[in-house]
Formats: sequence, structure tokens, C-alpha cells
Amino acid sequence: MLKGRHLIEPGDLSIEELERLFDLACDIMAKPETYSEVCRGRILATLFFEPSTRTRLSFEAAMLRLGGSTLGFAEPGASSTSKGESLSDTIRTVSSYADVIAMRNPKEGAALLASQSSSVPVINAGDGGHHHPTQTLTDLLTIRSIKGKTTGLTIGLCGDLKFGRTVHSLAKAMSRYPRNRFVLISPPELEIPDYIISRVFKPAGVQYTQVRRIEEAIGDLDILYMTRVQKERFFNEQDYVRLKDSYILDAEKMRLARNDLCVLHPLPRVNEIATEVDSDPRAAYFKQVKYGMFVRMALIAELLGVSGWKVAAPSVAKEGKKK
Amino acid sequence: MNVQKIKDGLVIDHIRAGTGLHIFNWLKLDKVPFSVALIMNVPSGQMGKKDIIKIDNLIDIDYSVLGFIDPNITVNVVEDEHVTRKITLTLPERVENVIKCRNPRCITSSETGTAHVFHLVDRKRAEYACAYCDELYRAGIGEFL
Repeated sequence: MLKGRHLIEPGDLSIEELERLFDLACDIMAKPETYSEVCRGRILATLFFEPSTRTRLSFEAAMLRLGGSTLGFAEPGASSTSKGESLSDTIRTVSSYADVIAMRNPKEGAALLASQSSSVPVINAGDGGHHHPTQTLTDLLTIRSIKGKTTGLTIGLCGDLKFGRTVHSLAKAMSRYPRNRFVLISPPELEIPDYIISRVFKPAGVQYTQVRRIEEAIGDLDILYMTRVQKERFFNEQDYVRLKDSYILDAEKMRLARNDLCVLHPLPRVNEIATEVDSDPRAAYFKQVKYGMFVRMALIAELLGVSGWKVAAPSVAKEGKKK
Repeated sequence: MNVQKIKDGLVIDHIRAGTGLHIFNWLKLDKVPFSVALIMNVPSGQMGKKDIIKIDNLIDIDYSVLGFIDPNITVNVVEDEHVTRKITLTLPERVENVIKCRNPRCITSSETGTAHVFHLVDRKRAEYACAYCDELYRAGIGEFL
């Protein structure tokens, strides 16, 4: 049971707890009417100290579909921290009003600090470039639902592997499951940080290769996880202009891929996936958005202890005990 | 150089040469009413040169902080002019308010009053991570406040 717990980083949940959460999310997807009132009378506070329409709406939609209510703010100017109140005091106050809090804050570690002051569960909806655990849950549920497994997959990570926190979290999360291997597709300037290789891949015995072009690897992949090369990560515009179009997925490159490839993207995209790919049945990034809402529904219901879900985790959970 | 024997007190030995003064200051030994001695650049078979601090009083020391500064330090407890105990130090699993996270994006940089907590993540490399932002720091006098 996750009742009363916080979710600050993806590693807070064991493989068994993840599998249980995904089973619940699948059950909600299959029988939404069963869960449409489980949060009646409960309130989710969405505290967004930096704007994020997509994640905030996903949390609010999740709570509303569970029969609960939401309150909160979408920008820091609307909160009392703009008057100089500490984050701890804000959280103490809000946790008197709400039953669960989803918070995004640009400062790294803000969610952990909030959890230390909160009397209700805190869900980290992004703390700067640090963690974004519900995006990782979304990615894992999407992979599990589309591929039918989270083990023995060849996963291509493409684009900004240096600064992309979703990529780092996914690399860590998928390394906990056995027999997954990674193909890292990036320019030298945006390679994955050394610590992912030395502290995540190597200790877990995860195989990986590094390539420079999508075409070199796409034919071998089960999953292709595309990321945006963000302008704000560069010190000068010249570097950004030089690199931004290097890793664009289009119909021509998709012709080199297997029929069962699954293309994911945390969104929003700019131009790294050409719109012509959207109609390809292997493009799963908009399905991913829907899975994100369902996994947030499962998470909220579990943290509040209202899901009524008692089914034991299936065998895939036992296979993936590696940490 | 002769420093007289201490009766009841501590001898902090095997301090890396040049760092004894930092430890002397951290222990606030410049303000104590009893005898203390800081001896620097003492010839050492193991270390080449080392610093030693002698304290003529059995004071309380936070050995986890001393271990964070330098786990190779040893402390001899002297009672009635005899060494009765040798304390060897190790890197502590956790330190609080010993060093400060310098990451400007860390919540501790803006939320005043928050404890600066670090966890040992790699004993071999003596690396600590900020409990909030995971920024890495190497244990030792270089990071010590």
C-alpha cells in the first residue's frame, strides 16, 4: 500500500509497487466507471511555482475523473511565496486544506523539502532539472502497455541526453529491469552524463552503445525515446542552431525501423519529430499523454488509500527485482 | 621541539600537514582556558609530514565531523598520562550543517533555515551528495566551512 507516502523520485517505489500501480492504472483504463467516485470529497492541491500546462492539467484531469476536486495555482505570482513566505510554511498551510499535493517548483530538492513539512502526501510534479517521477511512471506504463513487457528491450534514447531529466530517469528506471539494453543517440556536446554510465549502467550490468545518427541504430530498436534539444541549455545561439535539426525523426528514417518499433516523446515537441510521423501506427507519443493521466489516477488513488485494489503483482514484477 | 606531556586529554594525530590549523579553529581551541598545542610539519614515517594537536582536557568532539574532514586522523585519549584508548575515524554516512551546498538551483540556497544534509554515496571516492539536489562533493577540508 502506498497510502500516506510521498513520491519524490522514481526510486521511491519498488519494482513490486510499480507493477501494482501499473496494474491498477490498466484496471482504471478498462473500467473507468468503477473508479469515478473513489475520491469523492477529497481535494488535490496543484501548486505550480513554474508554469506547466500539460502536467498540471493531467493531474487535475486525473483527480476530477476520480470524483475529487482540485485547487491551487499555476504560477508563482499567485502564491504567497511571492510575498516572501517560505516554501515550508506554504506547504504546512496547504496541507491543512488538501488531502494530497502535486507540486512543481524550479528549485532542485523542493519536493523533498515540501514532503518534510506536509501532513498529506506530496507528489513531485518536477523540481527543476532534478526529478519528474510521474513522467517516468508515464513512460514505463506506456512501454509496458504497448510492448507487453518492461524487460529484454532495446531502447534508443535520442537528442539531448545531457540535460534531459526524463531521459536520465527513464535510463535509471529501465536499468532496474533485467536484460534491457540502450542505444544512446546524441551529438558529442549532448552525450549522457558519465554518472549514468558509471553509477547506473555499469553496476547493473546494462549493455549500451553510443552512436551519432538515428539511421545507425533505428533498425535495432524496440523503443525510440525522442527528446527536444532545448534552446535554453545552450550558452550561444550558434551552437543551438547547429545542433537543433541534427536529430529529426521523419518518415524516411521510420522506413528503416522495425514494424513493432514504439516511438515515445515526453512532449512538447518542437520539430524533432516531423508531423508526418504522427499518423504512423508506431508513433505512441500522444497515447503516452493518456497513459500519463491514468497512471496519475492510479497514483492519487493509491496515495489516498481509496483504490480498493487488492490484486497481487503479476510474475513480471518478480522477474525485475534487480536494483 | 618539546611539548610537555598531557595528564588527561586528547592527542589528535596523523592530521594531513597544513590542515591542522583548520581543525584547531573548528574546535575553537583558541578560546579555551586550558593548555593546547598545534604542532605543524612534524616528520612522519607514513605521511612524510603531519600536524598534531594536543589538548590538555577531555573535551567532547564530534568524531563524525572530524572523520569527514580527514578519516585518516587518529585520536589518542590520554588519562593519567597514559593512552587509554585510540579512536580511528571513518567517513560518516551523513553530515548535517558541516558543509553547505553551493548549487544555486538547490532549494537550500533560497529556503533559509534548511539544514544542509549530505549522504555518503561513494566511500572509495569519499563522495557525498546533497540530500536535496544530489550535487556531489568530496569530503575533506576543501569543502569544510
